[in-house]
Amino acid sequence: MAIKQEEIHQLLKEGFPDADIEINDLAGDDNHFAAKVRSSKFKGKSRVQQHQMVYASLKGKMGNELHALALTTEEK
Amino acid sequence: MSDVETKIQQIIKQNDVVLFMKGTPDMPQCGFSMTVSNILKELKVKFNGVNVLADQEIREGVKAFSNWPTIPQLYIKGEFIGGCDIVKEMFESGELKNKLS
Repeated sequence: MAIKQEEIHQLLKEGFPDADIEINDLAGDDNHFAAKVRSSKFKGKSRVQQHQMVYASLKGKMGNELHALALTTEEK
Repeated sequence: MSDVETKIQQIIKQNDVVLFMKGTPDMPQCGFSMTVSNILKELKVKFNGVNVLADQEIREGVKAFSNWPTIPQLYIKGEFIGGCDIVKEMFESGELKNKLS
């Protein structure tokens, strides 16, 4: 079970069209990533809500194909 | 409410600090669970570590319960705090310590 970095990027971009997105493959195994997402959609949301929004945009892949995504969210 | 939801709610209600984790505080089975467990130990917090690997029902149930796809998950006084990234951020900013005092 693995996922390509481009696929994560594309899903995030669909969920957050205005976002600045940075993704790093931490282990080079298509399985452990770090992502930073800056979007205006996070305005007024708690950190938990912001992460939940990101997970929702990944359409159930988080915790399945995507084992680990270290996540940082920021308001834009 | 389903049985597992009731069970999770009871665990959260009966303990001030609950960490749903893979493995136990003494022997975490995943790096992310270990990180959060170590942060709580560093802060000298008494917490209840629930090993989701020992209970498949809770493992899946808590993900739905919190609307959160991954483990670990930290609850403080009934409030869902977040997973490893958020706990780490809050630890570094001192926010977590305030929350626990």
